[in-house]
Amino acid sequence: MSSLPVVAQTAGPSAARAAARNPRRKATGGATRRPRWVTYTILGIVLAISIFPLYFTLVLGSSTPEEISRSALPQLLPDASLFTQFAEVVGSNAINFWKAFANSVIIAVVTSASVVLFSTLAGYSFAKLRFRGRGPLLVFIIATMAVPTQLGVVPLFILMSEFGWIGTLQAVIVPALVTAFGVFWMTQYLSEALPYELIEAARVDGASMFRTFWSIALPAARPAAAMLALFTFVQQWTNFFWPSIVLSQSNPTLPLVVRSLQANYFIDYSLVMAGVFLVTLPLLVIFLFTGRQLVAGIMQGAVKG
Amino acid sequence: MAVLTPTQPPQGVGERPTRTPRRVGFSQRLGRWDVKLSPYLYISPFFILFAVTGLFPLVYTAIVSVHEWNLLGGQGEFVGLQNYQDVLAQPTFWKSLRNTFSIFLLSSVPQVIGAIIIAALLDQNLRAATFWRMGVLLPYVVAPVAVGLIFGRLFADQYGLINEMLGIFGVDPIRWHADTLASHAAIASMVNFRWTGYNALIFLAAMQAVPRELYEAAIIDGAGRVRQFFSVTVPQIRATIIFVVITSTIGGLQIFDEPRVFDAQGLGGADRQWMTTVLYLYDVGWGNQKNFGRAAAIAWILFLIILLIGFVNFAITRRISTAGPRVSRKERVEIRARQRAATAALRAREKAARGGPPRDPGSTTDTPARHSAPTDRRTR
Repeated sequence: MSSLPVVAQTAGPSAARAAARNPRRKATGGATRRPRWVTYTILGIVLAISIFPLYFTLVLGSSTPEEISRSALPQLLPDASLFTQFAEVVGSNAINFWKAFANSVIIAVVTSASVVLFSTLAGYSFAKLRFRGRGPLLVFIIATMAVPTQLGVVPLFILMSEFGWIGTLQAVIVPALVTAFGVFWMTQYLSEALPYELIEAARVDGASMFRTFWSIALPAARPAAAMLALFTFVQQWTNFFWPSIVLSQSNPTLPLVVRSLQANYFIDYSLVMAGVFLVTLPLLVIFLFTGRQLVAGIMQGAVKG
Repeated sequence: MAVLTPTQPPQGVGERPTRTPRRVGFSQRLGRWDVKLSPYLYISPFFILFAVTGLFPLVYTAIVSVHEWNLLGGQGEFVGLQNYQDVLAQPTFWKSLRNTFSIFLLSSVPQVIGAIIIAALLDQNLRAATFWRMGVLLPYVVAPVAVGLIFGRLFADQYGLINEMLGIFGVDPIRWHADTLASHAAIASMVNFRWTGYNALIFLAAMQAVPRELYEAAIIDGAGRVRQFFSVTVPQIRATIIFVVITSTIGGLQIFDEPRVFDAQGLGGADRQWMTTVLYLYDVGWGNQKNFGRAAAIAWILFLIILLIGFVNFAITRRISTAGPRVSRKERVEIRARQRAATAALRAREKAARGGPPRDPGSTTDTPARHSAPTDRRTR
């Protein structure tokens, strides 16, 4: 913000020289100066707390049940026996690991794609099209975000059994096909990111309404759509309450596998922990590559799902 | 910016030059309908789905709750408010309500405070800022059930790591899975683990939207770091704090995953000491009783409680945000006058800044207590 002459005048010539040497250190003022080691130490502790449970999982996964029952932290580093535990989890007859994995992938992918498509459609409509009742309808959608719809589980279950969907993936996927949050999120983004001129140009060129959406709005919505897809994916992958009601152990998702591991192998904590880590691993990998977008998404105003 | 795909005339490019007058009639009428109906068509998926899977179940919950209704037998006869009476007469229900509120308070208060502190730490000119931000967000991608199992082991009564570490400081082992309050603290720590970093990023976004001039002004007025934090940062991000508190209330009162996996039975402990209301709902509906009528009654009661708390929250926060921090009327008038002077000076400075760098000390008398001006980006 401040140019070098400003720095020279307000903070002295040596500061200006320093500023010239390190252009990244441009900002001046209290809250923006480089923090001291105290900050890094505290953040380091926070980071350690974030990582510790995962490390702990790996350590317990590498130990034997006897060791776990005798010591809080049986060993300091995970070792190769972890992989035999992984193999046992994957091959266990009591749980359906691969089926659960496939189910989780299907549910997360389908809901992410559909939430993005329908939310972008609705968001585009709210942000850029004119129609009667637009304001009240948008307010209604935002209001539904504050309604604890999870509490409608009993009739929803009755409804699903009327459809004959109990135990099938539709029962989990269909209620999650589009969310109020997604619509709100895309409305916010498109009303800023998509200029009217582009839409008008497409219309003048004779594009139909849907064609305009498809060729103009959808490409413009891509950054926000990617974030929305990520959040939906994480949310569905970690979802437990509703799937635990409508799905059975013969056709589970990964969080249900965690629960049945606990119920079936509560003596063998080492195996349980190996399973917990396997279930978490796919999201960790995704997080490694897309964590930056998740951070940006939350900072742009994401809400808890 | 957005991808600019030059759009071509879509259909019939080759068939006909675009300038020939079109046949007025069907196609034009179709075009008009297209313009009129498309918006409704695009928003309809949400409304249809919400009607079927959101609104209908909520309303229908009330109907189920006044009937005898079982998982296997289906709808029975109308019983009026009998289910409500039964539920309210159950000590377990009241226990579950107490547990829910206890866990909620233990999780939300430390969580908000911790998140604000972490956000304040992140809101500095950090090296590798993205790394630290990703670091605090990491727990968010661990599923609540996984967190529950891991923490269930960390908080084990015997040979749990937490107890061992407490032992180093000479604290007797805590019976995390037996004592009521201890189990609540353990479960609350799982919630905190997963959400503190997430909320910290929300607060961080709000903090970054605080105008830097306010800090400059505070520094010139002689405020230290701590004073800046309490007198500038916290008042400026109040709207965001309210937002986080409200969302965590809605979610926190429906807690299920963590208490469900805190032990292998998943029914809230031997004495139901950590059974929450949604866990109780699950147990009544799909556990031993398989009684949908009562489960629906529980759902409605909890629904009303959440709505009530939502309104109370809203009323309180509205009051706070309109009243502001303890500032007398006289002071407020003074502040407003100073603000006006400050903005005028600021404008003058901006103009002057184009020519040369004179720094007008008058421009920084802007008071840190001002709370009318720029709120954070997320306004909802």
